[in-house]
Amino acid sequence: MKITVCIGSSCHIKGSKQVVERLQDLIRENNLGDKVELSGVFCMGKCQQGVCVKADEDFYSLSPDNVKEFFKDSVLPNVK
Amino acid sequence: MGVRKFDTKVQHMKYKVLREVARQAWNDTLLENLLDIPQMIVPGKTPTTRCCVYKERAILGERVKMAMGGDKDNPNVIEVVDIACDECPAAGFEVTTSCRGCLAHRCEDACKRGAISFDHNHTAHIDKSKCVECGLCAKVCPYSAIINRKRPCQVACKVKAISINEDNAAAIDNDKCIQCGACVYQCPFGAITDKSYILNVIDIIKKSKENTEYKVYAIVAPSISSQFSYAKLGQVVTGLKVLGFHTVIEAALGADMVAWSEAKELSEKGFLTSSCCPAFVQYIKSEFPELLTYVSHNLSPMATLAKYIKSTHEKAKVIFIGPCTAKKAEMQREDVKPYVDSVITFEELQALFDSRDIDITTLDEDVLDNASYFGRIFARSGGLSDALAEGLKEQNIDFDLKALACDGIEECRVALLKKSKNVLDANFIEGMACIGGCIGGAGCLTHGEKNKAEVDKYGREAMEKTIKGATSML
Repeated sequence: MKITVCIGSSCHIKGSKQVVERLQDLIRENNLGDKVELSGVFCMGKCQQGVCVKADEDFYSLSPDNVKEFFKDSVLPNVK
Repeated sequence: MGVRKFDTKVQHMKYKVLREVARQAWNDTLLENLLDIPQMIVPGKTPTTRCCVYKERAILGERVKMAMGGDKDNPNVIEVVDIACDECPAAGFEVTTSCRGCLAHRCEDACKRGAISFDHNHTAHIDKSKCVECGLCAKVCPYSAIINRKRPCQVACKVKAISINEDNAAAIDNDKCIQCGACVYQCPFGAITDKSYILNVIDIIKKSKENTEYKVYAIVAPSISSQFSYAKLGQVVTGLKVLGFHTVIEAALGADMVAWSEAKELSEKGFLTSSCCPAFVQYIKSEFPELLTYVSHNLSPMATLAKYIKSTHEKAKVIFIGPCTAKKAEMQREDVKPYVDSVITFEELQALFDSRDIDITTLDEDVLDNASYFGRIFARSGGLSDALAEGLKEQNIDFDLKALACDGIEECRVALLKKSKNVLDANFIEGMACIGGCIGGAGCLTHGEKNKAEVDKYGREAMEKTIKGATSML
């Protein structure tokens, strides 16, 4: 699975760095380093909905607070 | 022009041409109206700047050519518009009518070459066959009656790339020119100018079909904080998106990336010069080739960030917008070409805004926040050295940094000369060709005393306070 996090200005201000860090931690904790590829992109064109995240082709609007939930509901079931 | 957008009328004239060329290009009417553009800018029969409207229009015709990319056979991005050159007097030291024919004759005593004589009115004369243009006579004259007549372009060009050709017009030695643009900004007749790639930018934006075919990224230099002072920076960002850019990213983030890896490189090699300023790098290539080995292997912040953007989005088109004419040459380098698709200046961005009647003062403010304080202060002299010290600190690298920030190409020359003779007491040369750093760049709309303070203020406003903070997620 490929997770892309927006690191453009708007999402950056809303905490995309924290989102990236939490995802990195969760990937490590669950030993998914070889199954989940995490990458950054500048702007997905939906600045109002930041932090913008894509898991493969599905779009999610995250904040640093709901990363865990997103990981449990939308990442884990799709990689196990 | 209610608000003063430019320093000089030369810039304003250049801008009017760029704006009109851009306007026609957006409308796909450039080819049919090309020859009419000079008359659109100077209509009627009354000349505004030159002897007659025909000469004005002829010069404007040449400016149109420069706005469209200039002479394709000339590899230099800086060119002389021959017919615009006013062939300024360039006689060097001359005695003016202010000479009172005094008794003291300090000028005669000061001259070590015996070049000064007096006529029957006791008025001084300089024998040009003996004069070496040292200026001592001018210095001692109590009436300031001796002046130095030099061409502004030659005074501006500290690397001595400008000479006078057989037609008495300025000529640029392409082997010596470092593309800093000092002459472009200083020529009072606008006879030296930088080639423009606005047509290239318009073409890239158009063919992106509103960022569906590929996405167009603007990388904006941190010196923008001292520009467009009649509006808010956030409005400039919105304006760029209205023009058709997908998004806008700070070149300062590239600067953070450079500071991070340059700190490491410096500690490994023990001595480096910076590689951020393309004019400085070009100067080393032409005048101190033996020192090339010391130039940091980092690409410039512009190219570093552009390379990163292309790694996140293969089909991305990247356009750099900054204060710099030398960046237009840098983008043609083999190691930069794959990453940067075009370069324009702040002057040209203003023309692009107005070619689409985008009044940025009426727009909402967007955000621009990618870099740290340290990346942002690269825009002014000394900033890179500060960032390097921070890069060493944040990585816990034990290295005793002795940075020498060279403000302007003359200071760079002195430092490089010392290094070449092994008498330089420093282990890092920060080289900035323009006085003040990038904020003194020739492509700036305005230059002012407060620009440095503006850059520092903008630096402090960055959300990320450390280089690591800004670069850790890349």
